[in-house]
Amino acid sequence: MEERDALSLVLFSGTDDKLAAAAILVVGAAAMDRKVDIMLQYWALDAFRKEGIHKPRGASPEAGIEGWEVLQRSIEELGTPHWSDVLRQARDIGDVRIHACSQSLDIFKLSKEDLDPMVDDVQGVAAFWAEANGQVLFI
Amino acid sequence: MSSIQVDRVIDARGMACPGPLMSLIGAIREGEVGEVIEVTSGDEGSKTDIPAWVAKAGHDLVAVIAEDSYSRFIIRKAR
Repeated sequence: MEERDALSLVLFSGTDDKLAAAAILVVGAAAMDRKVDIMLQYWALDAFRKEGIHKPRGASPEAGIEGWEVLQRSIEELGTPHWSDVLRQARDIGDVRIHACSQSLDIFKLSKEDLDPMVDDVQGVAAFWAEANGQVLFI
Repeated sequence: MSSIQVDRVIDARGMACPGPLMSLIGAIREGEVGEVIEVTSGDEGSKTDIPAWVAKAGHDLVAVIAEDSYSRFIIRKAR
């Protein structure tokens, strides 16, 4: 059996557009049988709070109000699933693990129990790099 | 074309990328080996996604039929 290509993503941004774009990449990678490790830092970690994971988190500055409205409209028209549900789907079909950055947890005074159950564990950066042998994306 | 017996049709028209592929993956998981599944999709991404996934996952892409505003992908579950 061929070695699985690994993909590591560092999710930093916590806006809905970037999380949605990242989730699409993850579900595609999972479908193509790539092992995926996701490290949640800063605002992306904050977006994974158990309470309110579906709460609107806006778009990147370049989207502007108009861009945000385009996104909202497309969700209604296309019935696009929320990024958290896309990630759940990715975990369901493939080998996707989600780690919470230990330092970011400290910043927000959070513990694993405060996060959505799809977060697998808390990881330090050295452990993340120990596993990140393939491509790494920072979003 | 008339010889292909389709066991299940999934209408994924109107779904955005990667919705049609996800629907296909779900149907393949539920189905039995040898089952033939047809997915209809109007999403441009499906034209590259579905053949790539079918090849990677080791199933058979029996046919891709282009209609006016969508495509029909016919897949046989091979394992």
